Amino acid sequence: MRNAFADEVNKLAVDDNRIVLLSGDIGNRMFDSFKDEHKGRFFNCGIAEANMMGVASGMALSGLRPIIYTITPFTTTRCYEQIRIDACYHNVPIIIVGTGSGLSYAELGPTHHSLEDLAILRVLPNITILAPADEVELRQCLQQALKLDTPVYIRIGKKGEEIISKKDNGLKIGCSTTILHGTDVCLIGTGTIMPIVLESAGMLSSKGFSVRVESFHTIKPLDTKTLEDVFSKFSLVAVIEEHSCIGGLYGSICEWLVKHNNRESRLISFGTKDEFMCEVGTQDYARAKYGLTSKNITEQVINTFDKT
Amino acid sequence: MSTGAKIQELENIANVARGRIISNSNKTNTPHLGSCLSCVDILVAIYFDILKIDPSKPQDHERDRFILSKGHAAAALFQILAMKGFYSDTLLETYGQDGGIFAEHPPTPDKLPGIEAATGSLGHGLPIGLGMAMSSYIKQNKYKVFVLLGDGESNEGSVWEAAMMASAQNIDNIVVIIDFNKWQATDRSIEILGGGSLKEKWQAFGWDAVEIDGNDMTQLISALSKKNNHGKPKAIIANTVKGKGISFMEDDNNWHYRIPTEEEVGIALTELGIET
Repeated sequence: MRNAFADEVNKLAVDDNRIVLLSGDIGNRMFDSFKDEHKGRFFNCGIAEANMMGVASGMALSGLRPIIYTITPFTTTRCYEQIRIDACYHNVPIIIVGTGSGLSYAELGPTHHSLEDLAILRVLPNITILAPADEVELRQCLQQALKLDTPVYIRIGKKGEEIISKKDNGLKIGCSTTILHGTDVCLIGTGTIMPIVLESAGMLSSKGFSVRVESFHTIKPLDTKTLEDVFSKFSLVAVIEEHSCIGGLYGSICEWLVKHNNRESRLISFGTKDEFMCEVGTQDYARAKYGLTSKNITEQVINTFDKT
Repeated sequence: MSTGAKIQELENIANVARGRIISNSNKTNTPHLGSCLSCVDILVAIYFDILKIDPSKPQDHERDRFILSKGHAAAALFQILAMKGFYSDTLLETYGQDGGIFAEHPPTPDKLPGIEAATGSLGHGLPIGLGMAMSSYIKQNKYKVFVLLGDGESNEGSVWEAAMMASAQNIDNIVVIIDFNKWQATDRSIEILGGGSLKEKWQAFGWDAVEIDGNDMTQLISALSKKNNHGKPKAIIANTVKGKGISFMEDDNNWHYRIPTEEEVGIALTELGIET
């Protein structure tokens, strides 16, 4: 996914000379083509993310379109105040990209996990928050983010993520993408956990369920139109995200739901617990620990469905 | 105009600005008088002699930029911008009123002409200013960027992150002025984060640095108008006095927050030679 990011930014910068790429001392060799083809528009800002965010905002105030790239906790929690004031309060068009989000860097320990970024960022005014499922969604997110005149945060994975989207699937920021149509249960996923969501849908189908799957690549603004449709049609909705169950997509939907639900739908959530995952493990291990597996999702959905 | 006459005129402007700031503090309950008065001379030198700006074109791409990174001195900046003609004095009559835009810190640039960045949380102005300075290289504009920092503000790590990057990138269209008034909110600045020379600190970060009397208009104009050396950012350590210009406010940190009474305003204006 990160290679697709580098490739897409490189392509976009050909026609858009406002694009400037700022990295926080990561992406070794990833941006070689960008550096060669767009001289003077790449800056390694070093391990100094607060400054990087301020510099980007100053550039955006001067008419440029900076794209900031580093590991998610360092481009979100580390420089939160700079995002809040320099980017969001000034309402400038910068694109903040967090790589290795969620549990992508499970092995690196909690310092490198990002399970609260959606929660802390979506409370900020003016920002758009995107979590593409794969490189197809990512490329479209980047293209469309550049057309906005406001700050955007894009949460991505690392490398080798499975592609679940059809090419040119017409992604539109703010509108969820329906991946599968169904009538019994609706699975709402976001970001790079989508392959697990689809796998769960497959398992549920094989047990006789008709499953609808939505890819909520846009966390903010929340696609309330799709939510209205989903909650008017389904008695069971599951939200799956590689993020804390507090404050992310599930939290966001809950806030909306208490005001708008006009029928008794069951809503269940799959995400990480309110804790730091201190033991060592791969991303698969970490996902399994928090029930983010197709087996667990399928079982929980069936159990809940039987009770509704 | 002879240099002497120019300096005299700038000093007169600074005097008027001091009077306006003090009167406004009393009228609108606006604090940070000490912080405003220490940097008035710097602001006047910059706005009335150094910056290439046209108040009728506040968004001109080629304009020089000034960022008041020590945003709590906004009460000084608001008066200076009005005096320079960015907006009318009538607008200032809404100062401090509910629903107005003149808060204790500068608003965003879209809300008030002349403002380049909304500051107030310290340590933000230099990174933003650096981004603006770097943009001039990318967009091939010719402007300069001036950023005014407080000595207390220099506690913030982001100041030094930006200092490192500016010198690493050889940015030579940025000038930092440190309003070194020796006080921060609750204590002497050198007692809070250690002494040592500010000038040497900036030099160690790869900047050219000079030290001047920051309440002396002649020294300010000389230091501010000198071109940066090729490839070098420049820091001016401006030694100032907090509360400068009013005998009973000078170097008294109570005036970081205190609001002058009407009687004190009268005494201050008399000291400034301003008729009431």
